Amino acid sequence: MSSVNEKIAGKIRSIASSLLESGEVAAFLGYTTGSLPGMMQPYVARDAKEAENLSWSSFCVINLANYLPALLKSFEPPRRPNEPPPEGPLPKVGVVATGCWSRNMVVQIQENQIDRNRVVIVGISSRGMVDRRKVQRFVGNREILSMEEQANFLVVKGKDFEEKINRWDVVRDNCKTCTHPDPVIYDELVGGLSGKRDIPDRFRQVDEIEALDIEERWKWFQEEISSCIRCYACRNVCPLCYCPTCFVDDSRPQWVGKSIDRVDTALFHILRAYHCAGRCTDCGSCESVCPMGIRMRLFTKKLQKDVLELYGFEPGLDVETPLPLSTYKVDDPEDFIITNIKKGDKK
Amino acid sequence: MKPLVVEKAQAEKWLEELCRVFDVFCPVKVKGDLYQWGRLGKKGLPRIPEGVPKTTIKTFFFPQPEVLFEFGARPGLKDAFRLKEPVCEKRPRLLFGVRPCDARSVVLNSMPYEEDPYFQKNRDETTMVGFLCKDGCSTCFCTWTGGSPLGMEGMDLAVVELEDGALFLEPITEKGLGLLEFDFFREPTEEEEVFVKGLREKVNKDAEETSSRLRSKGLMDLYNAPFWQEVSDACINCGTCTFLCPTCYCFDIQDETLRGKGRRIRYWDSCMFPLFTQHASGHNPRGDKLKRVRNRFMHKLKYFPDRFGPVSCVGCGRCVRDCPVNIDIRQVLARMLEV
Ligand code: SF4
Ligand code: SF4
Ligand code: SF4
Ligand code: SF4
Ligand code: SF4
Repeated sequence: MSSVNEKIAGKIRSIASSLLESGEVAAFLGYTTGSLPGMMQPYVARDAKEAENLSWSSFCVINLANYLPALLKSFEPPRRPNEPPPEGPLPKVGVVATGCWSRNMVVQIQENQIDRNRVVIVGISSRGMVDRRKVQRFVGNREILSMEEQANFLVVKGKDFEEKINRWDVVRDNCKTCTHPDPVIYDELVGGLSGKRDIPDRFRQVDEIEALDIEERWKWFQEEISSCIRCYACRNVCPLCYCPTCFVDDSRPQWVGKSIDRVDTALFHILRAYHCAGRCTDCGSCESVCPMGIRMRLFTKKLQKDVLELYGFEPGLDVETPLPLSTYKVDDPEDFIITNIKKGDKK
Repeated sequence: MKPLVVEKAQAEKWLEELCRVFDVFCPVKVKGDLYQWGRLGKKGLPRIPEGVPKTTIKTFFFPQPEVLFEFGARPGLKDAFRLKEPVCEKRPRLLFGVRPCDARSVVLNSMPYEEDPYFQKNRDETTMVGFLCKDGCSTCFCTWTGGSPLGMEGMDLAVVELEDGALFLEPITEKGLGLLEFDFFREPTEEEEVFVKGLREKVNKDAEETSSRLRSKGLMDLYNAPFWQEVSDACINCGTCTFLCPTCYCFDIQDETLRGKGRRIRYWDSCMFPLFTQHASGHNPRGDKLKRVRNRFMHKLKYFPDRFGPVSCVGCGRCVRDCPVNIDIRQVLARMLEV
């Protein structure tokens, strides 16, 4: 492990163990080292001893905000769906957060999914996480037996090869275009902040697809999703997806067919993306987890671009600015809500 | 049955002949290193990649979806709600290049599906030409589960690729023997026989032990083991591990209607999904993810062996490689064996 990561990991461990030791938090959510090269596993430490298992590297590709609502709930006394939460303070949870994860936590706070007073956020400025698939492609899809991280390089070894890869070359697409690597909210900070990054062509991937004509665009979309097995890893890993019953699982009414069908799969992807509009922080988890290598993040990236152009809004930067798509203003240029209320009144 | 050898050039012609009778499928490169089962391309002998393709052959035995029957869905019309057998004019299927773990999965799946007419019909209509593995990868572990890289269970014809590209063919079943009724073949040389025998001798088997050790454990001891919380913390309850798994066979059933036509389908389900056990009352006996994660491992490594003998896992390693949060069945198995 690179010394940068080792330093960060050491600090995370010491913060986590003192939080757990003092009883300030009931659990600490971070990462532990996985069983395969280049894999990290989200990990919940429940006591100071378990905090020793916490770790850090460039392979932490899953947005930990995703686990927060359920983890917080697991420390609440059981209650019926509409029963109010019990009086008095509830146990807290500590969590590690990079730029985008903290932005998703902001969205979760705005959408009442987590209570800011119940989370202790340990902020880390992200150096960009590595895309395992890019590494795999880099070594010509040969089997990787070990991956060692140095400050700016990865040393990848297989049965009969060893390659030194420039880390930035294999960083995820979303991290390469990230303008806010620093955590936006935090209670403790590990390492320094790196400031806002200026990425002039951060929507290049979207622009390229927008430049295609309509048929080609549809063809691109169809091809991109053609191998989807509807495992819903992309949905389940997303911190925005917390509905108790997702529209794909509903059967009364049934919005989408349940087996593999091109139309159903397309509908799933389009709707999932739209449900993330104005909320998605481009954390890239969805794309990182897909077993089939589908780049569904480009769909939400397109909507991110639209929301920025139409509303001048980027999600999760602060708790005060309301989310544009769940807010109505009287001077809203779209008057369909009013039209529907006074049906017939308006020509 | 007596093995035969086909030279590379002849093998192409042989495959051409087989294509006249069968719909032939093999692992097809979709993009990058992604191989999926697909129809054999026009010409030549396909290159069978080392290891297993991303998706499994279970789509041929549990089609996604399987149409159980069709019916008229417009009340009042003559055929309303009369059940009809689905019409399908399929030719018999040949799967070319099945790896030993995947071939064995069909044998394991047929234990619980012994009396299932749909599965058995699909099995009858399918012939499997297996390719034995000379080299395992670091994430597969067939020998822990009762299989072997040179195992032939489930195959109709077993193939070893020889150094010069010729194929060493060993028929296992009558179906497999039928594939060799052409003049493209010759008897193996003594050297070739020795080569294949040598491969076989290298394989060690420790599998029987794994399943019998699991069977000997107390069911409730495993169920109440302390590690399930830790194992399940990271899980996102997706369908990756079960949908990619060759030995996961759970399904749900639904009626679909469109423009007056109805069909009853059976499609893949997964015990990792909350809806899997949701009751109509709203109660869910596996309401949280710990219970679901535990079920996946208990089903594969305890309930199934208790009932049928072997573990319901062939060690293909797909779930190990593709679980987005790196929940590794090998580690879970090790912990279960320690109980
Ligand atoms: S993770 Fe990939 S395969 Fe799974 S549902 Fe999403 S796009 Fe489809
Ligand atoms: S849609 Fe994807 S990129 Fe956007 S917040 Fe969800 S997981 Fe992250
Ligand atoms: S449980 Fe995992 S290793 Fe075992 S057969 Fe299924 S996918 Fe393969
Ligand atoms: S592991 Fe789950 S989905 Fe797979 S066969 Fe068992 S119960 Fe079914
Ligand atoms: S074990 Fe992994 S692949 Fe399986 S449901 Fe959990 S997260 Fe998904």
